[in-house]
Amino acid sequence: MAADSVVLLSLVEEFVSGLQDSKAKDTATGIKDGQFTILQLVEALGLSLTSSQPQTRARGVQLLSEVLQYCYEDLTEREVEVLICFYENRLKDHYVVIPPLLQGLRALTKCTVLPPGSAVSMLRSLFQDIHVQSLMLAERSCVYNMLINLMETREAELKGLGADFVFGFIQSMDGERDPRNLLLAFQIANNIIRRGYNLGTFTEELFEVTSCYFPIDFTPPPNDPHGITKEELIEALRAILTGTPKFAEFLLPLIIEKLDSDIQSSKLDSLQTLTACVSQYEHKDLAEFLEGLWASLRREVFQTSSERIESAGLAALTALTSCLSRSVLNSDSEDSLGIFLDLVLKDCKHHLCEPDLKLVWPSAKLLQAACSASSRASPILTAAVMPLLTEQYNNTTQCSHRRTLLEVIQRFIQSVKTSQSAENEENVFLPFRQSLCSLVFSALSETNSSLQITATSVLTLLAQQTGLLLDSDVELAVDHLIRLLLTEEDEKVSLAVVECAGTLAELHPAAFITKLIPRLKKEMFSGPIEQDSNREAPELQSRHAVPQWCLSALAAVSTQPSVVQESTSVLLELLSAAHTGAVSLSVEEVVMACRSLQRIAEQIQDTEETGRCFHDIIIPRLLSLALQAALQGEGSSGRRSPLVEEAVLSAMVSVISTSCSRLQPILAAQTASRTVSLFLDGDVSFLPDNSFPSHIQLLKKPQGDSWSQSQMVCLLMGCVCSLPRSVAVPHVDQLLSQLEDMSCTCSHPLSYTSAAKCFAGLVNKRPQGDSLDSLIQRMMKRVCSELDSASSPVRTQAFTLMIWVAKALLLRYHPLSTELTDKLFSLLDDTNLGPMAAEGISLLMSDSVDVLNRGCHADVRILYRQRFFSENSAKLVQGFSAASQEKKPNYLKALSNIVNKLPKQVQVTELPALLMLLLEALSCPDQGVQLSTLSCLEPVLMDPPPALIQQLEALVSRLLALICSPAMNVRTASLRCIHALSRFPIHEILPFRARVLQAVACALDDKKRLVRREAVQARGEWFLVGSPGGR
Amino acid sequence: MSGGTRLENANPVIFQRSGERLLTASEEDEDVHDPIDDREIFDLIRSINDPEHPLSLEELNVVEQVRVKVNDAESTVSVEFTPTIPHCSMATLIGLSIKVKLLRSLPDRFKIDVCITPGTHTSEVAVNKQLADKERVAAALENSSLLEVVNQCLSTRSI
Repeated sequence: MAADSVVLLSLVEEFVSGLQDSKAKDTATGIKDGQFTILQLVEALGLSLTSSQPQTRARGVQLLSEVLQYCYEDLTEREVEVLICFYENRLKDHYVVIPPLLQGLRALTKCTVLPPGSAVSMLRSLFQDIHVQSLMLAERSCVYNMLINLMETREAELKGLGADFVFGFIQSMDGERDPRNLLLAFQIANNIIRRGYNLGTFTEELFEVTSCYFPIDFTPPPNDPHGITKEELIEALRAILTGTPKFAEFLLPLIIEKLDSDIQSSKLDSLQTLTACVSQYEHKDLAEFLEGLWASLRREVFQTSSERIESAGLAALTALTSCLSRSVLNSDSEDSLGIFLDLVLKDCKHHLCEPDLKLVWPSAKLLQAACSASSRASPILTAAVMPLLTEQYNNTTQCSHRRTLLEVIQRFIQSVKTSQSAENEENVFLPFRQSLCSLVFSALSETNSSLQITATSVLTLLAQQTGLLLDSDVELAVDHLIRLLLTEEDEKVSLAVVECAGTLAELHPAAFITKLIPRLKKEMFSGPIEQDSNREAPELQSRHAVPQWCLSALAAVSTQPSVVQESTSVLLELLSAAHTGAVSLSVEEVVMACRSLQRIAEQIQDTEETGRCFHDIIIPRLLSLALQAALQGEGSSGRRSPLVEEAVLSAMVSVISTSCSRLQPILAAQTASRTVSLFLDGDVSFLPDNSFPSHIQLLKKPQGDSWSQSQMVCLLMGCVCSLPRSVAVPHVDQLLSQLEDMSCTCSHPLSYTSAAKCFAGLVNKRPQGDSLDSLIQRMMKRVCSELDSASSPVRTQAFTLMIWVAKALLLRYHPLSTELTDKLFSLLDDTNLGPMAAEGISLLMSDSVDVLNRGCHADVRILYRQRFFSENSAKLVQGFSAASQEKKPNYLKALSNIVNKLPKQVQVTELPALLMLLLEALSCPDQGVQLSTLSCLEPVLMDPPPALIQQLEALVSRLLALICSPAMNVRTASLRCIHALSRFPIHEILPFRARVLQAVACALDDKKRLVRREAVQARGEWFLVGSPGGR
Repeated sequence: MSGGTRLENANPVIFQRSGERLLTASEEDEDVHDPIDDREIFDLIRSINDPEHPLSLEELNVVEQVRVKVNDAESTVSVEFTPTIPHCSMATLIGLSIKVKLLRSLPDRFKIDVCITPGTHTSEVAVNKQLADKERVAAALENSSLLEVVNQCLSTRSI
């Protein structure tokens, strides 16, 4: 014990006289460990605390305070009481003692065992003895922290202090200037307001002491270590100002005053504060300021200079109106909402009637902002405005004016839509139903395309509101839509019409089933016959466009199951007619029909009914048609069905794969097992129109020219590769081995590629394990033996299989994928397959549309591209330096294929290592390499890494050399890069200015317009570099 | 807008911008030679900023495609521009901006002629004379404050 006290004394001695700050920590540890007690420490400190030297006393107190900071949790209530008493007393001491005293007090405020009443007494002596604003930054922060700590734990006691507490706080923060402390002070003020402290007579003082900072104008110093932003301060201050309605009478005049300011940010801040504060207020708080606020808001919107201020102003108006609408009226108060809306109408209404429509938009925006605020405001405003607008519309004859008015109406309907939530309320547009409908229909009959487009969107909006369109109106609307679909030549109008039809069909399917679909069907089946009888070329051109929009419209309206059944049956009929030749359709049109089917499969809801429609009717029908076409292709009957074309088949694949991947897994499994048995065993029993021979063998090696059958394997791929992973594919091993055979032996490109893709798609989803490993090993052995014998006739086939399986394994991070990719890299040196291998790498890196993507439920790990890149970039660089001159382009191409697909963040970090190689690639004679390198450089140049700037000379000279390339794509891409260079730091690029301007000048006379356009842009920007008024 | 009252024409009539030029198949064909046509010249100058308003010359209808004539074979370009009001003091500056933009964007072989649409400006002759005088244009561009204004008109607006 004695030894301990000696130790303690020496620690104290070393801290106080020896000025060794680390001893405080030692002492604290001693106390924490129970080596000594606080009491002993105070006793040991005795001499220093009673010393006549203020510095010594300060040092003594500092030791005690620092120890308290470490072990305030271990103190007993009695100890705390004594310590507080001591500290309070010492506050009257010399000013050098104050900083450590405050630290100690702050530590004590964190104690959980603070005796009752001590918080109050602590604060009383603090407010009495200390003038906070004459303290240093850290001590002021100490005081604020004390207040915060006490407010957290002793709220009741502090409230007992009454308004004195608020007054003390106001005194302490009055004049605070440091943003760090301001944030603390704002937090305290916010607590005072939100937690219901008694403000007493100090409401205005508290407002004054905080609002003097409004609007906040603070720019953090560069490299600010504290990370305080202007936004933080703004948010904190706004929370205080808008915290209580008691501030209303002070805040609103302040906002009106600050809105007059010329500074954009303060206007914006004022408007946002206004929006925030009215959510707390009642109408009587606002009553006397309404006129002033409205005048300011109107001015900001009418004479706006920036969109942000305009939208903030409109938001404020909405908030204001909804605040007024919320308030409960009693008999003696005025209807302030009515008064305010009268103001708004008085100032805005007449602008809607001006013949030149100059201020129509700002006025309309203001009215709409008020209108969208509440269901009380919208009827008043629409009743005043809608008759005006319709009358004005009927009076003008200019199309552009009519369009403007129609757009205003459209915005009104939208704004009311947002405010109406209560279902049972009567629609505010009901009184104007008749006039609105006739207005829309008359606009639809106009010839001006933009007017028509606006009219379709108004029609859509009307349809979405309940009760606005009667059944007769819907029928009339459908008639208009049909007419536009069939006669309109402007693509934008047709697009708008299709979209509108889609929305309307969802709400009113009956009219579409009875009218639109039969009409379109008639048009589609009659159209091409007319084409036959009418052989003039221009006629042919315009005829072509009609089925296109018919098909899109058919797809767009098919959202309800009842419509889907009708529209898909029309599409299927069209396809079978195309197959039999009853209607002669071009390949593109057949593809479009398949696309429409796919779009329907994408957009319909996944229900039992729609699932049955696709799995039981559409897919068997498609398979049957394709099979018929394939078999017919074999019989040599002059005419070839369009259904054997590759484009049509891949469109069918996407129909099948979309429906298998997203509709009804159970039915999809059934479809899969039927399809597999069709391909493996030639089981045709589930196909409609069953007149097939029984010996169909679709996966066997084709004899002669029967590629039309073998290519059907792509349909198998569409089905089995897009199933959810929970659905098992039947007979998968047999299937895999047949697919492997086919992909390695078949000579028809579509057939062996589809077989390889199908194999890969199945491999990707196979569970991990020995069977998978042995499957891959077996395939590898076969592929490698083909690839290694240079004379093998099926090297391309083997390569295709390898690359697809490599992709399948790479996506799921399978350990065997490295073997395959290594093999791929070794092929870069191959004379025949080298260029193909380089291209194949882009296949590995990009998403494939029909298989091995997330839509097909494939096993795709995140960041697989980055992983591939980081594992293999070194190998590529190594291979490049080892390769002979004529093989180098392969490596460069492979590299640029990889880098191109990487996200930009990764590109930028990896670029320094690859920069030399990329620059090398720019001077490589292969245009493909040049192009892909340029396209991967361009995004990097937008935000250049330092490594690039060091290589500027080499980069600029290579880019300038490419301006004269024979390929126009290379020329435009290099000019675009040169354009991007002009945004580099000026001091770096200024030396190149004259050279670049001269070199680009020759591209101004390029024979291609696209090149000239890039050259003009690049040269224009480079002229501005380092020039006054430029950059 | 504090400076609103100082503008000569504070509330000009605004015209619609024409869309981007449609890309044709022949423009993408390597072997076809695309001649420089009126629309291409118009595209060069339509996006020049007005010195006073945050609008382009096209939106103010100062330049129109029908008033642009180009002859690629003879290497001549003539552009007529229409000031928004007949006493517009910015006419020379606008003309200078158009001239500089064309000088920077066209090959050397072109002779560039920029003048005011006849009958649309009070001091039309004087302005045309200034714009046609090579030396005076060159001298104007030596003046750094003038160059600054021209460059501001020609810089692409960041929105």
